[in-house]
Amino acid sequence: MTYTISVLLALSFLISVLGLFMFIWALTHGLMRAGPDAAQVIFEKGEVGVVEEPAISSRQRVALQKIESNSIDTYFSADSQGIAAASPELEAREAQDRSSRAAAFAFLTSSILWLVLGSVAGLIASQKLTSPDFLTQTAWLTFGRVRTAHLNMVIYGWASMAGLGIALWMLPRLLKTDLVGERFAVAGAGLWNAGVAAGVVAIVSGWTDGLQWLEIPWQIGILLALGGALCAVPLFLTLMQRKVDHLYVSVWYISAALVWFPILYVVAKVPYVHFGVEQAIVNWWYAHNVLGLWLTPLGLGAAYYFIAKVLGRPIYSYNLSLIGFWALAMFYSQAGIHHLIGGPVPNWLVSVSVVQSVMMIVPVLAVGVNQHMTVAGRFATLRYSPTLRFVVLGAVLYTLVSLQGALEALPFFNRLVHFTQYKVAHAHLGLYGFFSMIMFGSIYFVMPRVLEREWPYPKLITWHFWLVVIGFAIYFVFLTIGGVLQGVAMLDAARPFMDSVQVLMPYLWARTLGGLLMTAGHFLFAYHFFAMVLDRGPARSGRAFIGGAPSVGA
Amino acid sequence: MNKVLTIIIGALIMLAMATLVLVALPYRQLKDELPPEQLKPYTIAQLRGRDTYVSMGCVYCHSQQPRAATLGPDGLRGWGRAPVSADYVYDYPHLLGVSRTGPDLFNIGARQPSVDWHLTHLYQPRSVTPGSVMPAYPFLFKVVGHPAPGEKVVTLPPPYAPPGGQVVATQEALDLVAYLTSLNHTYPVPTDESGATQ
Repeated sequence: MTYTISVLLALSFLISVLGLFMFIWALTHGLMRAGPDAAQVIFEKGEVGVVEEPAISSRQRVALQKIESNSIDTYFSADSQGIAAASPELEAREAQDRSSRAAAFAFLTSSILWLVLGSVAGLIASQKLTSPDFLTQTAWLTFGRVRTAHLNMVIYGWASMAGLGIALWMLPRLLKTDLVGERFAVAGAGLWNAGVAAGVVAIVSGWTDGLQWLEIPWQIGILLALGGALCAVPLFLTLMQRKVDHLYVSVWYISAALVWFPILYVVAKVPYVHFGVEQAIVNWWYAHNVLGLWLTPLGLGAAYYFIAKVLGRPIYSYNLSLIGFWALAMFYSQAGIHHLIGGPVPNWLVSVSVVQSVMMIVPVLAVGVNQHMTVAGRFATLRYSPTLRFVVLGAVLYTLVSLQGALEALPFFNRLVHFTQYKVAHAHLGLYGFFSMIMFGSIYFVMPRVLEREWPYPKLITWHFWLVVIGFAIYFVFLTIGGVLQGVAMLDAARPFMDSVQVLMPYLWARTLGGLLMTAGHFLFAYHFFAMVLDRGPARSGRAFIGGAPSVGA
Repeated sequence: MNKVLTIIIGALIMLAMATLVLVALPYRQLKDELPPEQLKPYTIAQLRGRDTYVSMGCVYCHSQQPRAATLGPDGLRGWGRAPVSADYVYDYPHLLGVSRTGPDLFNIGARQPSVDWHLTHLYQPRSVTPGSVMPAYPFLFKVVGHPAPGEKVVTLPPPYAPPGGQVVATQEALDLVAYLTSLNHTYPVPTDESGATQ
């Protein structure tokens, strides 16, 4: 039996590596028809080397441009003259931005409301772990329900809707055509909101399907599947109208994510098919993929666009991004069963997932090197561009969280941290440190274009950034240490189980403190967002800028 | 890369492969599994209790999958042998759990068979387990002046007893305890290394 397992393990490893080499061979022989011009498809002629950052005032944009111009490569310098304000290219981009306004607005506004509600629920749940008699008089406020309401609101309400809003907004720019079928996306937003709201009410009132990440009852989940599918309609309609030769890397990620999510959700939710341990396997196949094949591609798609666009600089290597994409699709999709290491699942299955979890280092390094090399030498720009500040931090944490994930899948380390709060810290590093940070940055870029209005209080952006960064640092560092100590206590047969509970206490308090700072940051963010939507706040220079020059009416 | 179809078809193939390996093959391997002889199906009361366990979200702090000796001292803590997939044949939804803020409960019925202890513990965990961070579930109980005949009175240490009445268990609390005390998988099972029953 051991022999069979090791053969299986070696075989799956071999196939993975072989597949990777075949792919790289195809790439170097031009079979994928990739090249540097594909990376430049998001720029108009003469736009390389010109910064775009609608989130800041024109004075700061000059400072940002100066840094970029000083660090520009000789290769690009001849080309970076900028384009005239009234050029047809910029007018076309104005039209593209307008074509996705309603969809982006519907999704992003909803996402921010869910973020605030979800954070409050998370804070209550965190407080309950340190004060177990806090709010125990009614069933709907019990820990098991508030925690679950938190998870579903931040995953399906905040993260998914923010990701969809940003994706829908980027599509017309990436494909250089107006968004076709926007009303499908707006209807999708309606269904999706209804699904999340009904799902959360169901959970707190005790109606749940009981599987982690899949608690929303399937009767309500149909709304989410339909809402997600409706968002794929404008994607395909717009793809058919595209006016670009090359599909930018963000388009691959978005297309794949929108195809993957409805399939994942339907397979995992189909009622009365899954059973016992098999259901647990499907459960973690889904829960892992909802991060890996849904939120990660949406987040990376946004990072690939906004880093390049703010800096006015094509991504470092187009080929690396290809490897990153296909390796993610191949390895991430099979990694989920590492959540059940040591459980009553077939050994061969765990082996496959452990191998694929380790193989994840390939796409992660590909993306990490690619995005880092794009920003390298220009880190001073982070001082001026809020978009970059959030997105670059998110991209760095993506590398960290993925390497951490590969480590956790290794049996020797899994033995220590499985079942502990270390996993909770890890999950937040992925969904908050990586994904949410990128979404924050993207929203700062996108909203001025959606509303054609500047952010009213730039200082609040800085406050938002430092509150969530410091809050999250406290959250992550303390919970990680606490989780390891909890694991050490649990593994020591000489210590009673209660030791593992008590040793955690100070770290759980620290988690609540970190969560409080993060939530405060979210409230500021929401306040700023709605001040902008309602056109409150001081009068500013007018409509937000586009491209290298002020747009009409500035 | 400029073909939309390449991306879509490639993405679908990747997901199909993952679904085949992680969903279809395990389904095939496990679907005809028979329950171990000593494992009894849940009674109606136990199933109602299980629903309460699910709806209260107990699974977020309690696993139901003791680990083998190589992976931790679960056996030494009295949590039971490493389970096999056949132990879960009657479980829908599954409640394996991946967190141990509290102890594993796969054999709690064998470890703590006392209905009275469970009722007291559910009403106020800290009355029997000092230092516990488990939430109290007072809403599964009623405080009455004079318990009616047949009502189950919960015994509580003085500091935790409510003034002006006695605590009696609702049917929901009794069902939940019926489920908890039914969790007993201490019977032996023949295993091979893959974790499946022979």
